[in-house]
Amino acid sequence: MNPCSTTRKGPDAMAETATFTRAQVLAHRRSPAQHLAAEMDRGSGAAVALREVPFLTQTALRAIPDGPAGRALESALGVVLPRRCGEVAKGPDGLEVLWLAPDEFLAVAPDEADSGILATEYADRLAESLGTHRGQVVDVSANRATLELSGPRARSVLDKSVRIDLHPRVFPVGQALVTPLGATPAILWRTGETTWQVLVRSSFATHVTRWLLDGMREYLC
Amino acid sequence: MTSTGPQPHRLETGGVIDRSRPVDFLVEGAAVSGYAGDTIASALLAGGRRRVGDSIYLSRPRGIVAAGVEEPNALVRIRGECDESMLPATTVEAADGLDVSLLSGIGVLDQRQDPAEYDTMNVHTDVAVIGAGPAGLAAAREAAATGARVTVFEQDFELGGSMLADPTQHIEGVPAREWVEVVRAELEAAPEVTVLARTTVFGSYDGNYLIALEKRGDQFGAPARPGVSRQRVWHVNAARVVLATGAMERTVVFADSDRPGVMLASAVHTYLGRYAVLPGQAVVVFTTNDSAYPVAHALVAAGAAVTVVDARERSVSSPARDAAVAAGLSVRPGSAVVGVDGDAGEAVEAAWVAPIDAAGTPGDAERVSADLVAVSGGWSPTLHLHSQRQGSVHWDDQLAGFVPTGPVGGQFLAGSVAGAYWTEGCLEQGRRAGRRAAAETGHGPAYEAETAHEQPGQSERAARAGTTRQLWIVPGRAEGYARHLVDLQRDQTAADLLRATGAGMRSVEHIKRYTSIGTGADQGKLSGVTTIGILTAALADQVPAAEGSPLTPGDIGTTTFRAPFTPVAFGALAGRCRGDLFDAARTTPAHSWHVEHGAVFEDVGQWKRPRYYPQEGEDMDAAVTRECRAAREGVAFLDATTLGKIEVRGADAPEFLNRIYTNGYLKLAVGKGRYGVMCTPDGMVFDDGVSLRLAPDRYFMTATTGNAAKVLDWLEEWSQTEWPDLDVTFTSVTEQWATTAVVGPRSREVIARLAPDLDVSKEGFGFMEFRDTVLASGIPARICRITFSGELAYEVNVATWYGLKVWEDIAEAGADLDITPYGTEAMHVLRAEKAYPIVGQDTDGTVTPQDLGMDWIVSTTKEFIGKRSYSRRALTEGVRKHLVSVLPVDTSLRLPEGAQLVEPDALGDYTGQSLPVRPIPMLGHVTSSYHSQALGRGFGLALVSDGRNRIGETVLASFGGRFAEVLIDEPVLYDKEGARRDG
Amino acid sequence: MLTIDCPHCGPRPETEFGYGGQAHVAYPEDPSALTDEEWAGYLFYRDNPRGEFAERWVHSAGCRKWFNAVRDTRTYRISATYTSAGPVPAGIVRPRTDVPHPVSKGA
Repeated sequence: MNPCSTTRKGPDAMAETATFTRAQVLAHRRSPAQHLAAEMDRGSGAAVALREVPFLTQTALRAIPDGPAGRALESALGVVLPRRCGEVAKGPDGLEVLWLAPDEFLAVAPDEADSGILATEYADRLAESLGTHRGQVVDVSANRATLELSGPRARSVLDKSVRIDLHPRVFPVGQALVTPLGATPAILWRTGETTWQVLVRSSFATHVTRWLLDGMREYLC
Repeated sequence: MTSTGPQPHRLETGGVIDRSRPVDFLVEGAAVSGYAGDTIASALLAGGRRRVGDSIYLSRPRGIVAAGVEEPNALVRIRGECDESMLPATTVEAADGLDVSLLSGIGVLDQRQDPAEYDTMNVHTDVAVIGAGPAGLAAAREAAATGARVTVFEQDFELGGSMLADPTQHIEGVPAREWVEVVRAELEAAPEVTVLARTTVFGSYDGNYLIALEKRGDQFGAPARPGVSRQRVWHVNAARVVLATGAMERTVVFADSDRPGVMLASAVHTYLGRYAVLPGQAVVVFTTNDSAYPVAHALVAAGAAVTVVDARERSVSSPARDAAVAAGLSVRPGSAVVGVDGDAGEAVEAAWVAPIDAAGTPGDAERVSADLVAVSGGWSPTLHLHSQRQGSVHWDDQLAGFVPTGPVGGQFLAGSVAGAYWTEGCLEQGRRAGRRAAAETGHGPAYEAETAHEQPGQSERAARAGTTRQLWIVPGRAEGYARHLVDLQRDQTAADLLRATGAGMRSVEHIKRYTSIGTGADQGKLSGVTTIGILTAALADQVPAAEGSPLTPGDIGTTTFRAPFTPVAFGALAGRCRGDLFDAARTTPAHSWHVEHGAVFEDVGQWKRPRYYPQEGEDMDAAVTRECRAAREGVAFLDATTLGKIEVRGADAPEFLNRIYTNGYLKLAVGKGRYGVMCTPDGMVFDDGVSLRLAPDRYFMTATTGNAAKVLDWLEEWSQTEWPDLDVTFTSVTEQWATTAVVGPRSREVIARLAPDLDVSKEGFGFMEFRDTVLASGIPARICRITFSGELAYEVNVATWYGLKVWEDIAEAGADLDITPYGTEAMHVLRAEKAYPIVGQDTDGTVTPQDLGMDWIVSTTKEFIGKRSYSRRALTEGVRKHLVSVLPVDTSLRLPEGAQLVEPDALGDYTGQSLPVRPIPMLGHVTSSYHSQALGRGFGLALVSDGRNRIGETVLASFGGRFAEVLIDEPVLYDKEGARRDG
Repeated sequence: MLTIDCPHCGPRPETEFGYGGQAHVAYPEDPSALTDEEWAGYLFYRDNPRGEFAERWVHSAGCRKWFNAVRDTRTYRISATYTSAGPVPAGIVRPRTDVPHPVSKGA
């Protein structure tokens, strides 16, 4: 299941002997909002800007943290799993683990093209660590798009669509919560004082990008 | 810029208007001038206009009555790129260039697209203060001082509330208006405080959830900046709410009291004090209480001749009246206005004044010249938002009004909404409410639990308010009440009310609906309590009163207050959810390819799926026929990315699936897939799909496009709530994988080229098997041999971000085979020919697998959800509907889906026109219907009563007033032997 | 708009939640052992009290966990929420665990 160097064989025209480097295969990837990059650029300004953070390695984790699967994952990940809603645990090599539910987490790591660690291999390795314990690890890197909204008016743009309280007293930097953004399920992650990452499922990326851009317009002049 | 229109009624000085900024606009094509700070109404009055649009049904001449949202008469339409109607002229700010029409009680919906923008904003606040009069401002100031988050809502464009009307008031040693500016500056400087003027809280819901409408910027011109909405709906989550909504004055109904020139006394005060407009020179002030006396003094000070007609007898103590007499005002106690005369322009030129006895019966009337009658029938707390939360109210006989009995949980009442009708009382209640509200959210000093009624008490309230005579209606000089207008918007009279009670109605809710009183755009703000008062008199001996005391309005009760407090445009509620952003549209990675190739899309749930790909000159039928032929005779491909996909893992995963699906999953071999049906406990089909066994403890489940989220929730629900001991976990991977179905007898060749590592031979890659492989492009893929058409077919799954690349590679790999993209319409035809049901189309929650003819998929040995229901008598006895195919005798006919099926002889003399005299028993209905390329005819699937035992029968389909003979046949019409799936 | 206190995520708006009917109605251990009436009782009959009612909710737009809430059907006030696994608050009437609901209840 992993892109790798392979030698092709077979009679068909397309299947002539071919060898691919990992980078050549990864170059075929298109991120969910890639086609909107220019639109995002045009719609961004000093008050608020929008961009996509493409190809993050994302791994779905299911385990009860204090159980054997949780301990196995903690050891394999090199991080203590978050225990409370909103918590994000920081691990090695840019790894961050978001709490989604008491037994569900999302591990977010850099793009496999940069880290050299294939998302599928990473997930397989973590899955192996579970052994026969109750839990689950699945590569979901392509399952969600990551949009980053930043700038002094970023919160206002989000307040147009998010019902939960984004005030710093309630939603401090470093917190991530699962909550709807407009009509779309989303993970909202405050990565800086005025920077938010919005993780939505890939199919919603076009809609959410346009929705956010529309909400940004009044802050651009 | 100079003001062009004359303003004869404008005073030389005063008012909260900016005389350095004149404004000019058109009303009915005539120039009207005013100043910034005017409303359309105040500018009209300044210009001497008395008559506005006539009334809706009776065409009675009408004038401006009020100075706020309760105005029933002066409704206007503002022309613009999209006209807006039914706006009270008393609430629209005067602005240069407005083009105003006066309405006769009814507006016109502009059919043009509204180019304005609307949006929504969510806000969380510790303390929401509703109303920025003395009570609200005092509350906001105290709460803000604690550092709490405070949001202040004021429907007017000026803060100050009642203080705007009276320039003589002083607060904390400074003139009231100066005090308002000081507080405003303080609030605006506080980082956690938001002051929203022009913002009406129109709904109040559980949990202190408020909804407000803000009018932003220029309401009728171009937006200040692109993206700035014209109106914004605020969704407010407030930990505490301070209701400081004030009170509204009401009138007394007398003959012709709806004539232009009869106004609320408080409105006259506002026009004088706030707008520096003197609406009349000879004024009769008709009052039942003390509150009109300051108005009388203000009128005198402005140069008007004033006669006060006080309904209270001389014996009733009234310091305000005594002071007026001492100041030389003409006061007639124990009297009432019994009618008014109109001048040539139908506006008031004289009032008829008569003494009235204790029962309200007038004596001989005297004609008093007057161009303005200012009426005060007492005050009603503005308790709409309180009542929307089911807050209790009671009739306070001293205050002569319905007042809140106590605040609802998490709320505070401050000021005249709580019956505090004097400014110092409003301020004190506001301060307390603000401090306590903040304290309860953890800001500022904690407050000791105080007694429930530490608000200024009943006696002080009553003493401050003085005595109000409960006079609701005054008989005229002529018999009857047909000229006594109660609800000015609905043109309903006291005679109409008496007709309702005469017809036996007692409940105010019934009377409201019988008469339509209170159902206008103003929702009875002006008429509501007056109506109840008149009913109190009319029903005095017919409705039981409390403990033998005389009947009060409290015994009649109020009608129910519902949101919105003032009208809200649908556009504002829709906000940004319009056009392309109407709903969250979901797209697949190959979406751009579909668009480029001319796909016509259909919405499946939120997904945009290609329905068909018409070529030059093709209609849908032609395109679908071509796409079907390709799938049946060559090769075609379909974007199936929208299928729901769930990874299932755990030692008990096989057992769990065994319980969820009607068929068995324990013995499914690794590397193979199985089609399954899942049912609800009542035995009805819920979803279907193929699950692949990836490993002994891992499955890859698919669900129908529309049910993907529901199925995941279903699995979680059973796992969490019923079988938590089973070791199984789920993760949605719907959008991790892009799926392309490659279908048709030549699909094998395409897959061989796409995935050269794969042995695609019939023997090497069997039906319902899958392989993980690497494509010629180097992209890893999981390929399954699954069919939803009966043809040889494959599904190619790759990570979503390779979805477009692989779709394009498939197109290229099959180019020489004329590979054809097909959409959902062809997909439906192909599967219907094979009688593969679509959950949600051929089923509707009342259909069992057996009804679908799928007994083969229902295990008789294992336990699963729904099994017990198949032995319920309700399912075993009696006749069920079965899924069958229906073939119109006219082979060119395509039956409409939903067409009813009936016995051929069931029609009797029914011809299809209008409704049958007697119900005609239905046999069932058509669930799917298409034209089949393979069969060369129209066909359908139908759920038919006892259908499998009717095969070969002809029945009638009924649709659109037509009938057509259709033959019932076996469900599977094409490739009955299933010979085609292996190619 | 109710604010519902998810036992895992804290207070969230009602729109994030799904409703699941009466709580503490267990799926019968052995459906095949039930009479038609008993099975119908499980399928179709639930209490509908005026006052406090223990009911199931799911934080569908958040952690996706099912939990129970005690809600007053007159006022909508939710006095307690608790996990399916956790202890049941005092005073909560568990309608039945494995005994099917009598079809003719109250008759």
